[in-house]
Amino acid sequence: MSKYLSKLTSPLIAVILGLVVGAIIMLASGYDPIAGYGSMIGGIIGDSYYVGESVRTIIPYILAGLAVAFAFRTGLFNIGVEGQLIVGWLAAVWVGIAFDLPRIVHLPLAILAGAVAGALWAFIPGYLKAKFRVHEVIVSIMLNYTALYVTNYLIRNVMTDKLDKTERIADTASLRSPFFESITDFSRMHWGIVVAIICVIIMWFILERTKTGFELKAVGFNQHASEYAGMSVNKNIILSMVISGAFAGLAGAMEGLGTFGYAAVKGGFTGMGFDGIAVALLGANTAIGVVLAALLFGGLKAGALNMPLETGIPSEIVDIVIALIIFFVASSYFIRWIAARFKKGVK
Amino acid sequence: MDFYQVLQIIIPSMIALAAPLIFTSLGGVFSERAGVINIGLEGLMVIGAFTGIVFNLMLADVFGEWTPWLAVLAAMIAGLLFSILHAVACITFRADQTVSGVAINLLAVGLTMFLVKLIFDKGQTDRITETFPRIDVPLLSDIPFIGPIFFANGYYIVYIAILISFVVWYVLYKTPFGLRIRAVGEHPMAADTMGVNVTKIRYAAVLLSGAFGGIGGAIYATIFSNEFNHATINGQGFMAIAAMIFGKWHPIGAMGAALFFGLAQSLSIVGSSLPFFKDIPSVYLLIAPYVLTIIALTGFIGRADAPKASGQPYIKGKR
Repeated sequence: MSKYLSKLTSPLIAVILGLVVGAIIMLASGYDPIAGYGSMIGGIIGDSYYVGESVRTIIPYILAGLAVAFAFRTGLFNIGVEGQLIVGWLAAVWVGIAFDLPRIVHLPLAILAGAVAGALWAFIPGYLKAKFRVHEVIVSIMLNYTALYVTNYLIRNVMTDKLDKTERIADTASLRSPFFESITDFSRMHWGIVVAIICVIIMWFILERTKTGFELKAVGFNQHASEYAGMSVNKNIILSMVISGAFAGLAGAMEGLGTFGYAAVKGGFTGMGFDGIAVALLGANTAIGVVLAALLFGGLKAGALNMPLETGIPSEIVDIVIALIIFFVASSYFIRWIAARFKKGVK
Repeated sequence: MDFYQVLQIIIPSMIALAAPLIFTSLGGVFSERAGVINIGLEGLMVIGAFTGIVFNLMLADVFGEWTPWLAVLAAMIAGLLFSILHAVACITFRADQTVSGVAINLLAVGLTMFLVKLIFDKGQTDRITETFPRIDVPLLSDIPFIGPIFFANGYYIVYIAILISFVVWYVLYKTPFGLRIRAVGEHPMAADTMGVNVTKIRYAAVLLSGAFGGIGGAIYATIFSNEFNHATINGQGFMAIAAMIFGKWHPIGAMGAALFFGLAQSLSIVGSSLPFFKDIPSVYLLIAPYVLTIIALTGFIGRADAPKASGQPYIKGKR
């Protein structure tokens, strides 16, 4: 029990510190933090519509978080989730538009297309790392921008005739759910939540119950020892990036097939890939931790939209809080150091 | 349109677009040479762009034509102050440098957009009125052929950027301070043994990267966007990182790479009005810097090795 508690301490302290600094910023800008956070919570669970929208926001966060966490567990830092998400989004929408199939084939095919596109995009940094020892962080950052510009170009010049967004996907490829809409007052909540939960289970299963997962984790712990034990480090690096990219591509597919139903030219990144880093770090890179962290961050993001309406506080305050939480989790040495001081003081 | 006219269009805009990249990538060179990865350059540019524009809007009446220069100075200070966060996290609290950099980027966008909405009550700032004047460099612009291409209708700050990269080269390779920076980035323990204060040098290098990133952001916003919004610095910081890697962590190399990336950007902007280039889809030019960086890292364009201790916190007494 105490082992789990100590694992929870530093993320919890990071969240509290982030919220406290957010409150201080609100105070300093002449806002009432209690009203601010109050309206935020109202925007998360205020009524059934808000609950539905919160769930919708959480879906891609879970998947982006799984993507980052999976790579982290195997010693890799996939900062390219954003790019993999964008190509997954486009690929899923493309399949959703281009084919005319019965729902039972069409929807899985579109989802699969998203996963495959993300996996292929992540294969590049994985392969280069395995083959040429190129650092995956820089390659995947560069691929984020490449993905952004290439998908924008494809939307504008290939999928449409100089338009800014594609046509809507066929209903047979849509994740939208009249049932969820009816119980959540016509929010955009969709079946993607089921996909996300299945992926959480898949990640847990791969890492904890399969030989492959054991090898992946071993490579993450100590490459040289794994090599000595007869594992192929290179193969595992590529495999890990590909699986991670598939999760990221699925996150994009959820947006394309569920929330929006189309792909649009983007002026900048969605930010979900980067927030996925926050989700993974806060969730200590475990499947269940990712779910909890995604609940928190997805909730914060969804609730933030309510803040300007009710209290006039710019919703960016939540971006600041999320950034600070990442910052404090990264500096967990600082938190442990303070905790150690505190304990000494008590004695 | 003959080739000479094409050059007269492309080259000035290439140098101008390169200037912010030059400053920011030089900042990156300082930080990484001292062993601290700075993915946060993008965020530092955002802070610089925001400070530059807001300073310009608020004080243009007071300072008149000096406003853009003082705005750049203010942005330099703001970038330096903001980079303290990265320095404290990475150096004192041994945070993962990449993660801290990501946090810096997110924080910068969140904080500046929060302030923009607070001050201007909308999603972007007003447009500035005082920008850098276009000038013909005295004497140099009279040189036949080269003069009109390189020295006419440009910005002083752009030429300063090129001069500064030589200054940075001198500082890094010809002064004791530069030697210490490089030593700390390659083998901090050896440097420590020789009496170099690793922590101090790393702090200095990261703060320098903040100052340079702030300048870069302010120049970009002042010359090109004339206002500040969430997409003002859309990837310029990462392109500066690309320039730094492409230039093999060397100040002059980084400048050369920044000029090259400036060329790619300028072609993607003005290319549609030029013969030959208008047939190339602009997407190729847009992605060129990023793809080239990947190719460079893969080793096809000579090996590019990061400073050895880059990314590792230095813990005294640990072997």
